[in-house]
Amino acid sequence: MATKRLAFLLIVFGVVGCAAGLSGNGGVDPQELTVFAASSLTDAFHELAEAFEAQNPGVEVVLNFAGSSQLAAQLSEGVAADVFASANPAQMQGVIEAGRIETGSETLFVSNRLTIVVPADNPAGISALADLAQPGVQLILAVEGVPVREYTDDIVAAMAADFQEKFYANLVSEEDNVRQVSAKVALGEADAGIVYTSDVTADIANQVQQIAIPDAQNVIAAYPLAPLSDAPEPELARSFIDFVLSEEGQNILSNWGFGPSPDG
Amino acid sequence: MVEPMTSRKLKTRLPARTLVAESWQERVRGLLVAILALAMALFLAVPFVALIWRALTLEGQMPAAELSIFSAVMLSLGSTAVTVVLIVLLGTPLAYFVARYQFPFKRLLTIIIEIPIVMPPVVAGLALLSAFGRRGLIGMTLARFDITITFTLAAVILAQLFVSSPFYIRAAQSRFESLPSEYEDAAAVDGANRWVIFWRVMFPQSRQALLAGLILSWARALGEFGATILFAGNLQGRTQTMPLLVYGALERDLRVTFITALILLGLAVLAFTVTRWLAGVEDDEADTPTYL
Repeated sequence: MATKRLAFLLIVFGVVGCAAGLSGNGGVDPQELTVFAASSLTDAFHELAEAFEAQNPGVEVVLNFAGSSQLAAQLSEGVAADVFASANPAQMQGVIEAGRIETGSETLFVSNRLTIVVPADNPAGISALADLAQPGVQLILAVEGVPVREYTDDIVAAMAADFQEKFYANLVSEEDNVRQVSAKVALGEADAGIVYTSDVTADIANQVQQIAIPDAQNVIAAYPLAPLSDAPEPELARSFIDFVLSEEGQNILSNWGFGPSPDG
Repeated sequence: MVEPMTSRKLKTRLPARTLVAESWQERVRGLLVAILALAMALFLAVPFVALIWRALTLEGQMPAAELSIFSAVMLSLGSTAVTVVLIVLLGTPLAYFVARYQFPFKRLLTIIIEIPIVMPPVVAGLALLSAFGRRGLIGMTLARFDITITFTLAAVILAQLFVSSPFYIRAAQSRFESLPSEYEDAAAVDGANRWVIFWRVMFPQSRQALLAGLILSWARALGEFGATILFAGNLQGRTQTMPLLVYGALERDLRVTFITALILLGLAVLAFTVTRWLAGVEDDEADTPTYL
């Protein structure tokens, strides 16, 4: 009896495994383009990938999203990829120094700004950046190294020393990437977080409120994009980058709340 | 170390297999089995060796991040210590009730106790958030009294308690169940109350099994990652336990990652050795938990 059950389970797993393998391949081997992109680019790059696939039949774009620092670490460790889109030049520089991307092959392709997000009911009554230093505010940020955190630190560094101290004292968690920050604020677990304006997508627009950071205090986040020097699909990588920089690509990015490239 | 234990456990031993007079088909079959076994054994052993090798050959000086390792070690040891105490305090009575009493929905309860063992930790984190988060079933009420659990040390401990206590409870329950109730009956006839029976009769006969289950729980609590990062967040010195540091430092400082990983591995091996040793000490008492 037990033998029969075991055999049955083996067969079930085997069939499921084969089926999954087949559906993954679709019979023919498509050309695969692997794109590593910053978390904040999640929605925009999904749409870009779809549009790119529609224009290039037989091409499949595989997207890997994480904090840029995590992606940079993976790339520096030798993970195979074709394109890297980082949320700041520093993480791009790290991959260049690791020898995976050629100096000068990177292009700034889009810009972004920072905003405070609070849960829709704004439990801590935040109305300005200064309020984030009030005692008892449960503040969450991305962890050090993640670009949005670096930009946040730049903003905070320009504030009074007293504010800085109280601001960081309110920090209750450092998240892996910017989307974890916005998600936890949307869940109502934190009183406030700092994310990109583009992170307030339609998905969470009802669950959060944005408290704008005035231009005078805000920073402009610049996103660089580059092909890997040992890309398995160098031509596809080039044409994907061209597509991102094209009018159509830039329109998609702008629809998802990104600004034009700071290069012009 | 293992040999005397197994020989004591096996009442009858199979005669040694003879290697003579095997047909070539049998030899091919034997070879095939050996190759498969070797492949699996290597697969299990190589990552272990590679981790140690990588950690020992890392270049560069130990950076200032020593502090993050130190606070993660302290946080891990401190939180798991509290978890272990809570497991004994709350888990033992539950195991006792399930083992000794019949009540409605007992079967359901035993299933609920064991579910966290097979539950993906990240799902456990989500479940805890649904219960104790600020908008959670219980958390909502707590929030009214200005009690927040998410992103605190309490959340770290709750996450550990949730995922690790079933190992202890299961071990305790099966040990209690295996004790013949005649002793208790005899003690009851002599006028002992239930409390005395537990302390004087059941507990002394269960110590080893309880300890083995507890160490297993501790090891699981020490390695807890998914539920912790979701429910307790990640902040150095507050909620960043060793597994979270291993993951978090990966992109910042490989040395910190590997050193912390080695410490965790060492503690896990220690826990395992102690449980094996306990299981082997007294055969008549500690039935090795089935999942060891």
